[in-house]
Amino acid sequence: MRCGDFKTSYASDMTIFESGFARVMLGLFLCLLFSLPLYVPGYLLDIVNRIGIAIIGAIGLNILTGFTGQISLGNAAFMAIGAFSCGYLGTKFGLPFYLCIPLAGLITAFFGMFVGIPSLRIKGLYLAMATLAAHFIVEFLIVKWESVTGGVAGLSIPAPKLGSFVIDTDKSIFFLIFIVAIIAVLFAKNLFRTKVGKAFVAIRDQAVSAEVMGVNLLKYKLLSFGISSFYVGVAGALMAYQAKIISPETFPITIAIDYLGMIIIGGLGSILGSIYGAIFITLLPELLRMGTSALSGSFPDLINKLAAMKELVFGLLVIIFLIFEPNGMASRWHSIKNYWKLYPFSH
Amino acid sequence: MVQLSCSDIQLNFGGVRALSGVSFEVQQGEVFSIIGPNGAGKSSMLNCISGLYHPQQGTVIYENQDVTRLPPYERTKRGMARSFQNIALFKGMSVIDNLMIGRHLHQHSGLISGGFYYGPAQAEETRHRKYCEEIIEFLEIQSIRKAIVGTLAYGFQKRVELARALALEPRLLLLDEPMAGMNHEETEDMVRFILETNEARGITIIMIEHDMGVVMDISNTVCVLDFGKKIAGGTPEEVQQDPHVIKAYLGEEDPEEP
Repeated sequence: MRCGDFKTSYASDMTIFESGFARVMLGLFLCLLFSLPLYVPGYLLDIVNRIGIAIIGAIGLNILTGFTGQISLGNAAFMAIGAFSCGYLGTKFGLPFYLCIPLAGLITAFFGMFVGIPSLRIKGLYLAMATLAAHFIVEFLIVKWESVTGGVAGLSIPAPKLGSFVIDTDKSIFFLIFIVAIIAVLFAKNLFRTKVGKAFVAIRDQAVSAEVMGVNLLKYKLLSFGISSFYVGVAGALMAYQAKIISPETFPITIAIDYLGMIIIGGLGSILGSIYGAIFITLLPELLRMGTSALSGSFPDLINKLAAMKELVFGLLVIIFLIFEPNGMASRWHSIKNYWKLYPFSH
Repeated sequence: MVQLSCSDIQLNFGGVRALSGVSFEVQQGEVFSIIGPNGAGKSSMLNCISGLYHPQQGTVIYENQDVTRLPPYERTKRGMARSFQNIALFKGMSVIDNLMIGRHLHQHSGLISGGFYYGPAQAEETRHRKYCEEIIEFLEIQSIRKAIVGTLAYGFQKRVELARALALEPRLLLLDEPMAGMNHEETEDMVRFILETNEARGITIIMIEHDMGVVMDISNTVCVLDFGKKIAGGTPEEVQQDPHVIKAYLGEEDPEEP
């Protein structure tokens, strides 16, 4: 039984995973994760893939909102930019996917930094409004700039190819998405135990004293917008590959709100929280839909009412979560873990 | 040697004149106190030195360089550090992370190397962690190094704020009321830490403080402000005898009254 943390070097005190046990569990989890395509049917795998994309996007938004304290409603727009630039690079220049995805991320990062400029002057809800404006500008641009985006008709994305292997099934794209997602999670984890990430948190907690401590607010706020948008842009690019056809309607404002929901329910300022939130918000509507379709078999005349109920239950669950666990699922996970760590001598 | 020299500082907020024509010099390695009644402009003066306010007139010369127009982080780069009157720690971070922010300017690993945490970035992180641990030991806060700052008691928070400022490796330390709201024991500890900082580390200290006993005991030079003007300056003994100071603190004797 573990009775405490004993470290003999600073390096071991700064590792991500505290014990060998945690590493073994993680290894097992990864094995389980990557064997999913073997036995999970296509439709469910599609949901799993969407969760993977949501994880990348939610971490991106959490970097900006949860860790740096800059509220953004521009997530759907950033995602759209990532998706359309990925599609454009793929169709017009015939670039392979492993260049398209990072380039789409970089283009989005550049745009995100541009949108982030007002954050130097405005905070909180006002910044949310400014990013909301960015959303509608992007939406307008996508509809009107037909030569690049294909306008209302949309853009069909060439399937990614690795040599002669075409990544076009749910199974193959699963590996693409989750390899990117794992890199994204590790990068974010490392980011927040080194200089740049800590500067972000300092800006969130106390901008004035962060500046006095030598943090260049201009540089780091824009950097946060850049990194966050890079993540969201990559998520958008993956979404494009998964959807195969994208149009302006693929990225409504509700996506931005869903992502805010993910990080709030999962836990602001927590990487693990972003993952939980992404799973919860993506899975919940699917579970409710399965539930209602199962029920509608026995109550055929209630089918319309059950569909409406689904939305209600979704909203209710979110509210209940916020009341009983305002710090998000990540903090609940921590308290459960701490309880079992010293069980049965928890006091 | 003069380390910091402020000359003819004038600071206005709209029509309100917070500071008018304040000048003083701080010698390398001394403890310099700024005192004065409430609203005398002490904190404004400190903000002018650290760069949060930019005076309309006058110059701040730090180590032979005009820093009057430089933003705060540029002054921090040149070796200034400060604490705040109403604790401005990063409340959501642990004590050690607060100190690591102090190492921000000394660390060079960027976004990519930090994000992938390969060799040099990790070595750098460990090296700076070690430096922070030395400060933690110096200020006797080992037991709370992993605690989230927002959950700590007031006296500890004050101490952590001093620790964070020391993590910057400053040559000039500005302290805004380091002893405010502390009990006797905590004040004694704080005085000990400030003196050790000054003597063992050779850091020049500029301090605003209301506890006159402390000020008169540990300062080499005292500067007295009242209504935005400097009314006296010199050694603690000189200042105590100064009629302007007595007037500002105790009021004037009315000759008409019997």
